[in-house]
Amino acid sequence: MTQNLTDMKALQALRTKLQQERNPITPIVTVCGGTGCHGYGCQKVIDAFRQEIAAKKLEDKVTLRVSGCHGFCERGPLALISPKGIFYQRIDPADVPDILAKSVFGDEVIDKLVYTGPEGDKAVYEKDVPFYAKQNRLIFGANQRINADSIDDYIAEGGYAGLEKSFAMDPEAIITEVKEAGLRGRGGGGFLTARKWETVRKAQPGKRRYVICNADEGDPGAYMDRSLLEGNPHSVIEGMIIGAYAIGAKEGYIYVRNEYPLAVKNARIAIKQAQEMGLLGKNILGSGFDFDIIISRGGGAFVCGESTALMASLEGKIGEPRAKYIHTAEYGLWDKPSCLNNVETWANVPLILREGAASFAKIGTKGSKGTKIFSVVGKINNTGLVEVPMGLTLREIIFDIGGGIPNGKKFKAVQTGGPSGGCLPEKMLDLHVDFDELTKVGSMMGSGGLIVMDEDTCMVDVARYFTKFLTEESCGKCTPCREGVRHMLEILDRICAGDGKEGDVELLEEMSESILEGSLCALGGTAPNPVLSTIKYFRDEYDAHIKDKRCPGKVCKNLITFSVVDGSCTGCGACVKVCPVDAISVTDKPATVKGKPHAKLKLHTIDTDKCIKCGMCAEACKFDAIHVE
Amino acid sequence: MDLKTVDKICADHQNRPDQLIGILQDVQTHYRYLPEAPLKQVSTLLNIPLAQIFSVATFFSAFSLTPRGEKVVNVCMGTACHVRGAQRLLEELERGFGVGAGETTTDKKVTLETVNCVGCCALGPVIVVNEDYHGKMDGTKTAALIDELKGSKS
Repeated sequence: MTQNLTDMKALQALRTKLQQERNPITPIVTVCGGTGCHGYGCQKVIDAFRQEIAAKKLEDKVTLRVSGCHGFCERGPLALISPKGIFYQRIDPADVPDILAKSVFGDEVIDKLVYTGPEGDKAVYEKDVPFYAKQNRLIFGANQRINADSIDDYIAEGGYAGLEKSFAMDPEAIITEVKEAGLRGRGGGGFLTARKWETVRKAQPGKRRYVICNADEGDPGAYMDRSLLEGNPHSVIEGMIIGAYAIGAKEGYIYVRNEYPLAVKNARIAIKQAQEMGLLGKNILGSGFDFDIIISRGGGAFVCGESTALMASLEGKIGEPRAKYIHTAEYGLWDKPSCLNNVETWANVPLILREGAASFAKIGTKGSKGTKIFSVVGKINNTGLVEVPMGLTLREIIFDIGGGIPNGKKFKAVQTGGPSGGCLPEKMLDLHVDFDELTKVGSMMGSGGLIVMDEDTCMVDVARYFTKFLTEESCGKCTPCREGVRHMLEILDRICAGDGKEGDVELLEEMSESILEGSLCALGGTAPNPVLSTIKYFRDEYDAHIKDKRCPGKVCKNLITFSVVDGSCTGCGACVKVCPVDAISVTDKPATVKGKPHAKLKLHTIDTDKCIKCGMCAEACKFDAIHVE
Repeated sequence: MDLKTVDKICADHQNRPDQLIGILQDVQTHYRYLPEAPLKQVSTLLNIPLAQIFSVATFFSAFSLTPRGEKVVNVCMGTACHVRGAQRLLEELERGFGVGAGETTTDKKVTLETVNCVGCCALGPVIVVNEDYHGKMDGTKTAALIDELKGSKS
């Protein structure tokens, strides 16, 4: 439905009308349509619901909603049945007729779709699922309540009410409100949002200025910004309009990764809807304020998450940062004052305006207010997006919500803050997560990626992985980052190859110091963090590589050998079939079947000269008969 | 070379210089890489020096100046996929197709690439073939994928 809203009253009337149209008794099936669930094939589940609803003529009796990400990516495809609150997971298209007949229109619960935890504990209702129970989904929760492409849903949910309130306020009062809320930038630095707004508002009086949304979410393992932009693009747009009004900008950009096609699509739809409704464009809601947003897609460069590089790229140039003795808040895009905030930061703004600074500031810790969305990924049972109040401990996030480590393995480390962050060991698990606490221990919040690592992870390899990443992503403008990080990688490559020397660790530390000091932008300025934090907390692993020529995580190829375990090998030959280099052959010795030597089947053996350590045999072996040492 | 598509892409972006990256993305989607003639056309239409376009096209990892295969196999090398063994799968694909990451097979069927993170960490390790996500990959599933792609007539 398109309706041009000419003033505030029209928006309120529309909201009331939309809310009245939404019958609270009509059941709603909300299927997660986030990118993660699409990977599981949720489109087939959605199609099955559409077909079944059409075939049984249930259009008036049930609403099907295709929403953005629900967060519990581990268990996709997911659906929530409201108002009952039933949570179904790992849904197959064939389950759909049953779901409708039994659980939507009947009172039966389908046991195989119910969440079952690692200890066999079951939870029928979403609120009881441990993954959701400790969360406080102020920002992310709305994803489930709206169709990702429906502005009506967003408005009915109270959307654009923050904007309404803002238009009744003085722009400076809006900035004060955001300041009192204590909102800090969710993209990494944790800079106070209101202070940035204030600077942009005051800079270059009378000149054109911009607001920009940073959706170039480059941290590997972090995808909360994508999920917000995909699932609730209007919350980001509303935040940007409020910000633009507060600082006096008439133009806005969303700079989004091209690797996120669904986010690009949904943001485009949302902008068009807002334009058609008169929420973007000239004289928004009769306030006399003009503002519009266009989308720019990135080109796949990590450094473009950095403010000056992002703005250079927006100007159609290569994404090279510049020195920041003059901030982009004063001279940014096209040398005009520019306010760059991250997706999640913008999505927090409407909430602050709608609910008030005081209610926002009640949540969180002294220096970090509100909630934060984390992506809990890696060696973890419940991979997903988690929104919690600032100040929860890592242990609560990883074990209570994340469900701990799979396959009975031991926790080794958690990596926070992306390539600029650090790896924290088990003894840090009781750390209360907020901007300041993470910085104190040598890591950082970053955009909120938490990558969990178990005992099979090699920490030197992890440091090497990030250093390789940063070598490739360094733009090459300044020498400390371009040459320094590359040299660090050479040393780490050597250590992982078994050619590490005494003094390598000290050399890495010394180089880190120079790179931290001398780099032009934050990419180089934080690049040594993964190396420094792994040296600090996992020095023993470096020593094992260098002195003992041993990889404790059994990852570094030159330091491990594959062998067949006599007594476990049943002679089945599964490994022979998968070995790409024909390194496995039979011996004369009998294989062991059910604990006894077998008359015909023979024990296998691996020719270590031929073996390329690809691990295919270990993966194929059902009897744990491949030993890695 | 027919450049009408390039004209249309630029027009869709109102010939705005600040849409250069988006325009190059769309040009690349059409030609599967960035040939010289369309880049010259973009330079004329947007009034941007060709040298600047060349610098942008070579700076960003999304762009390729050489023809890519019918299928682009993208291995996610994000941290979550890395700790779940993405490197091993990449090596398997390199062996299987006989090309390194960033290269295209001689029959132009497959280009093997890596991506920093596609944000489907629950499905890691992930391999994306054109727009299809293959999740929870292991050596066996990767071997099957290689066979399928080698036999595919697109």
